[in-house]
Amino acid sequence: MATIERITETLDVDLDTETWRCSRCGREHGSAHENYKRGLVVHRRDPAEVHRPLVDPEAYEYTFAPDAAWCQMLEWYCPGCAVMVEVEYLPPGHPITHDIELDLDWLRRRRAAAATTDQHEEAQA
Amino acid sequence: MATDDIVIDATEDEAALDAEVQEFLHKTVLFRGPDPEIMRDHKPAPRSPLEEAAMAADVDDLTKTIIRNRLQTSANEAKDMLMHIASAPSAKWGDLIAGIFTARGDLAVASSSGVLIFSVLAGPPIKYILKHWQDEETVGVRDGDVFMHNDARFGNVHNTDQSCLMPVFHEGELIAWVGTIIHEGENGSTEPGGMPSAAESPYDEGLKISPVKIGEGFKLREDLVTYFQNSVRDPKLQLEDMRSRLAGTMRLRTRLLEAVEEYGRDAVVAVVRGTLEYTGTEVRRRLAALPDGKRRVVRFCDNTLREPILLKIDCTVEVKGDELIIDLRGSGPELMNRAINTVLASLKGMIAQVFLTFIWPDLPRNQAAFEPVTVLTDQGSAFDCSAEVPNAVSMMTFFPSFSAVEHCLQKFLFNDKHAGGEAKATEVHASWWPMINGFLFGGYTQHGYFVGNVMTDINGMGGGARSDRDGEHALAPIFCSMSDLGENEMVEDELPVLCLSNRRIMRDNQGFGRFRGGHGHQQVMTYKDSPLWGWMTIAIGSKFPLALGLFGGYGSPCQPLMKVKGVNALAAMAADGSLRVDDPVALMNERPFEGAEYSTAHTGMQFEIAAEGELYAMSQGGGGGYGDVLERDPAAVVTDLRRDLISAWTARHVYHVAVDPETGTHDAAETERLRAAEREARLARAVPFDEFEASWTTDLPPEGLPFYGSWGDRRTIHAGGRDITMPADALMPVMMV
Repeated sequence: MATIERITETLDVDLDTETWRCSRCGREHGSAHENYKRGLVVHRRDPAEVHRPLVDPEAYEYTFAPDAAWCQMLEWYCPGCAVMVEVEYLPPGHPITHDIELDLDWLRRRRAAAATTDQHEEAQA
Repeated sequence: MATDDIVIDATEDEAALDAEVQEFLHKTVLFRGPDPEIMRDHKPAPRSPLEEAAMAADVDDLTKTIIRNRLQTSANEAKDMLMHIASAPSAKWGDLIAGIFTARGDLAVASSSGVLIFSVLAGPPIKYILKHWQDEETVGVRDGDVFMHNDARFGNVHNTDQSCLMPVFHEGELIAWVGTIIHEGENGSTEPGGMPSAAESPYDEGLKISPVKIGEGFKLREDLVTYFQNSVRDPKLQLEDMRSRLAGTMRLRTRLLEAVEEYGRDAVVAVVRGTLEYTGTEVRRRLAALPDGKRRVVRFCDNTLREPILLKIDCTVEVKGDELIIDLRGSGPELMNRAINTVLASLKGMIAQVFLTFIWPDLPRNQAAFEPVTVLTDQGSAFDCSAEVPNAVSMMTFFPSFSAVEHCLQKFLFNDKHAGGEAKATEVHASWWPMINGFLFGGYTQHGYFVGNVMTDINGMGGGARSDRDGEHALAPIFCSMSDLGENEMVEDELPVLCLSNRRIMRDNQGFGRFRGGHGHQQVMTYKDSPLWGWMTIAIGSKFPLALGLFGGYGSPCQPLMKVKGVNALAAMAADGSLRVDDPVALMNERPFEGAEYSTAHTGMQFEIAAEGELYAMSQGGGGGYGDVLERDPAAVVTDLRRDLISAWTARHVYHVAVDPETGTHDAAETERLRAAEREARLARAVPFDEFEASWTTDLPPEGLPFYGSWGDRRTIHAGGRDITMPADALMPVMMV
């Protein structure tokens, strides 16, 4: 059975294969030593498609919508089930953020320590 | 006598010479300015001999617990007392703190609500007094002395905050300090209200009080009180609150000495020191439970309050065993003549608030809560500014920094929650709205007094969505735990302002997601019966969203300032009862006042004289959303629609939920079809990482974008555009033109 750690709402890590996986559909997203976004698909979006102008954009410069010349949205989806994993708000062309760097050895050590504690408690019982 | 018979005590001679040199150096310092040794070190001082002896004394745990609770109650009592007797609007809604410090100046027991930023920032002024004034023959530190301070470059947040600090002696020995700090507002700066975005140097920011003795024998010196009154626009407020702070501080002193009388000096000192040490140990234990690794986010401040710019916050948070490293290197440079720069200590104080309010609110509020944290910055950045640049509205840079760290920590906490929650944190959540969208004011009241201060509506920030439920509306600011919005009636009684729409929730003003962020509230303001009145606003986030979504949730929208000028709306409404102003969006789109000038702007408005009945409107922002919008329960979407929290457009185009426009009922089958179609559309329009990166990522910021901070390489800092750069380790202040 795979040794799974839940990392985010939609991302797991398989500590045996050291790969990212979708927590919704189980699809593998590539090496857990790299940015999980490498295993996803991405869509660049004008933020006004989500945060639409609330006051008349023909009449006013500031409308509650972000300025598309300053800010774009990157929507990251799982290629298997299309769940939205992450949304980034970046200036046009800004390097993509490597937002999660795991220490897999630490996660494994915690697992081992927990297993030892469980065994100890079972023995005590 | 032969010369070789003379015996010279070289040791004694050298010591005397050294003392003479030290005295000379002490007396010939030209300016005892901010002390980097104190200001850059946020760690509590080592145990003093007094504390060593007290900790070694045999005091049982039950007694210590009783004393600790008693001191905590005393701090809360002093804080509550100030909320009742102080005059500043901010004091009335809790923007203050009261606390007990160790004899060496580390805050150990603070009131459990209020501005917990001070937990890490209140100590440096005391450390300055001890280092520079205790042995200075013209100053000294004696029983009954009263000290005051307000300059962020010596500690605290910004110079609207004035302190009262008092040493506590027992049988002639300094055993502790007590103090209170209030956000007073008016301080004589170049604009009324105390937070001048028009300031172009520290010397435009009003009172800049280094730690100074303002009283002896438990009494304020009237000549100094008059001097401070003479330097601000609201001398009554200055007098009242200098006295209020002294009263609160003396109450704390009394309570502390009562505890000493009852339980003994060693017991009380051991509890004060022990509380500090316990907190540091507990924070380390909780950090150790979080997974090692790094989390990263980039944020952008979109305004100097004078002009739109894009100033970057490059934030990496690393957990390493029981330590936390917050790395902000690569962020934007300081601005020589703009007031949004942050002193490093202020930045640390604000980030400490992440822990004390939003991660571990059960922790004792004290200096040691931040002890295991290291903050890395580029000196000379807007997040670690020098002494010669203004910092009066540092909130524009340190509030978004709070959000950056908050966001990264959530990405650690989620894993911990699923692994058993050993870190004992609060619920995982998206960003709180991190900005003060509200009004400052200045002018004559209807009672004939000249005043300047801040409206309490800055407190209604929308809460971020949680992992198991929606965010709360207009709940509390990120900087002040359990504060209040204040009462409109009280405001209108004291000031000539009218809150024509306030505490109204605004449609679609939230972060969408599986769980949505809470809303901020709207305000439409005007005034009457004053010969001179003006407004200003100090907020960013009009071009680039500020509150972030989490795990696929959207951030919250931008916020503009809205104005209706050239009309007396009060007179017009008196003449025509059908005219309405309670919905700012409708006001701007429908333009009900004929002949008026309608405009929107970014939310950095310098002090502007208004005419009676002109309207100024804005909204607090909403909290960020959590999780994929397509996973939101359709029933919750319909409920939001019925409550007017979202529009029909949002239900259809963001949540992909079908609602019968006639009946308002949910069409489950159609929603299922819409959501399946959107999932297919997502995959059809998206591209793989490598393909996208090749077409998206550029080597430099876009042409014409006023960009400040690193782009790809953290060691190279852009200073206003793609071609203007500086090395991160040799930053120079940027002069805005």
